[in-house]
Amino acid sequence: MADPAINEYGIEIRRLYKVFGPKAAELVPLVEGGMSKTELNEKHGHVLGLRDINISMPAGCIQVIMGLSGSGKSTLIRHINRLIDPTSGEVVVGGEDVVKMTPDQLREFRRHKTAMVFQKFALLPHRNVLENTVYGLEVQGVPRAKQVETAAHWLERVGLKGFEQKYPNQLSGGMQQRVGLARALTNDAPILLMDEAFSALDPLIRMDMQTILLDLQKDIRKTIVFITHDLDEALRLGDQIAILRDGEMVQQGTGQDIVMRPADDYISSFVEHVNRGKVIRVETLMAKGPADAALPQLPAGTLLDEAARRIIASGQERFAVVDGEGRPLGTIDMATINRGMFASDAA
Amino acid sequence: MSWFTEFPHMSDEALRDLRKVIDDGFREFTRAWGGTFETMFEPLRQFLIQSERLMLATPWPVMLAVVGAIAWFASRSWKIVIGSILTLLIIGYFDMWEDTMRTVSMIFVCTVVAIALGIPIGILMARSNRMQSVMNPILDVMQTMPSFVYLIPVVMLLGIGRVPGVIAVVIYAIPPMIRLTNLGIRLVDKDVLEAADAFGSSSWQKLKNVQMPLALPTIMAGINQTIMMALAMVVIASMIGVQGLGQPVLRAINNQYFTMGMFNGLAIVGIAIIFDRVSQAYGRRLQKHLEIVHG
Ligand SMILES: Nc1ncnc2c1ncn2[C@@H]1O[C@H](COP(=O)(O)OP(=O)(O)OP(=O)(O)O)[C@@H](O)[C@H]1O
Ligand SMILES: [Mg+2]
Repeated sequence: MADPAINEYGIEIRRLYKVFGPKAAELVPLVEGGMSKTELNEKHGHVLGLRDINISMPAGCIQVIMGLSGSGKSTLIRHINRLIDPTSGEVVVGGEDVVKMTPDQLREFRRHKTAMVFQKFALLPHRNVLENTVYGLEVQGVPRAKQVETAAHWLERVGLKGFEQKYPNQLSGGMQQRVGLARALTNDAPILLMDEAFSALDPLIRMDMQTILLDLQKDIRKTIVFITHDLDEALRLGDQIAILRDGEMVQQGTGQDIVMRPADDYISSFVEHVNRGKVIRVETLMAKGPADAALPQLPAGTLLDEAARRIIASGQERFAVVDGEGRPLGTIDMATINRGMFASDAA
Repeated sequence: MSWFTEFPHMSDEALRDLRKVIDDGFREFTRAWGGTFETMFEPLRQFLIQSERLMLATPWPVMLAVVGAIAWFASRSWKIVIGSILTLLIIGYFDMWEDTMRTVSMIFVCTVVAIALGIPIGILMARSNRMQSVMNPILDVMQTMPSFVYLIPVVMLLGIGRVPGVIAVVIYAIPPMIRLTNLGIRLVDKDVLEAADAFGSSSWQKLKNVQMPLALPTIMAGINQTIMMALAMVVIASMIGVQGLGQPVLRAINNQYFTMGMFNGLAIVGIAIIFDRVSQAYGRRLQKHLEIVHG
């Protein structure tokens, strides 16, 4: 990429339906008519994968997808590089509809625009760690020296330096997952598709890998689609979060939206155990409006935990919330913070 | 009621005419095309002659060293290396070295031909279900048809000699090669293939980087079976003029030389065991990294 800061590969998914089974196309009208997943399975023996998914993922952002097991997360992410063909709908990536690409175009698109980390790792068992990691570049036809150099960099970054010559079956699950991650990062594509990419990692390494992603976003800004079951991870990484249930989109929004205003009981049950003090930011709860210049200041983005600590330490009642340039955005007091941390209907 | 007790068959004349028409037709065909076929198979004949000449011209100690080296590289097991060399020494001591070399050369050529034809056909079968449903019955016929039956047209077409021998052996021995190539490719883990797709592999890259390497242990099992079946055909092939350990066995059968038959038979068993152990050990070594994957 000439200018790494600019990434024009946003992802627009429109009216996407996926029905699994031989007569899928004929059954879409029924699904559009509102037939449920269970009914479709019982009456027609077809599985409803996705129903009317509409989502817009801006370029350079991390889009998190959540949902219970079997809700269609992996199915959705596979539509973005067309590992699965949709039954109907559009998947527009960087202005081009992936569904309409010819096989050649699709191959070029996969080689240069996307990289993927798989839930089940999907490493090549007959290749050692280094050879697995270079795979994407090898397929692209990049010179060998460059392949090895890039791969070595990312292997070191994910903490696998010294394991280059090992085979996947000699590694633990978490190590295999990091090989998968290094393989995807080595590809240096503007779109990164990560299907439960951190699920097999221990909490410390997981934190570290999250940091890699966030660091990456500071200078390269890839469009990342990230599937996870862990709400804390979703809130830490996601610029946007989408929640699926039984193949349907139930809520989309920022992490703050989802925690503060869960759309229904399903999502409430997702968010009820989250540590709100470590998730909600002061600007979400502040009273918007001008603030007295004399008030002590808190930068926007401060989490409630931290804000409470500062307020208690300062002995003051009320703080001004200010943006990066020090302009006041609003005010917040201890009582609001307390309510935000403990009551689920604070907003 | 005769139709009930006796199967109502085609009239004898009709049947005779049918056979006559087919036989005459084929005879006509051989007369017209025999020469063409012979020139077509000329490279194969040259390959056979050269390979046999090489094996016979190589002094026996060199040959033993070569066999030992191959056994070592394939199996990395001293037991197999020593076993192979010892077997060959005994065979040589009982004065069967030349015939053994002829047989080994023949098996080598047959295996090379079977691999060269079998792997591409197996790959095509793995790629298309239609190809698979066409090939499967053909392979069934090749495996179950008594070999004498297809020896007839081959001999009519090409006469007695090495080349028809190789053709007969290959027809008999190639089915496992094809079937196991097909099976090996079809059994490749879907998740791994999907990953190869996700990185934009072309179908050639998928075949070369994923399918063939992962199918290789199964393909090796196919090669092993092909070699075993080719060895089993040695005696039958000697009936149409293939030289080697089969001919003394044939002579022994005709003249009731029990010991001669026994020795040559055991020599065939001996090289069969060498081929089998070495190729199996190699197959196992290929599999080393494909076993148990942590999850
Ligand atoms: N190839 C297929 N054929 C039939 N049904 C399928 C197929 N792939 C997925 N499904 C069905 O689609 C639904 C969604 O599956 P998917 O793998 O997308 O779930 P998921 O959200 O990724 O779950 P998990 O968190 O367990 O990975 C499931 O009901 C599954 O049975
Ligand atoms: Mg999944």
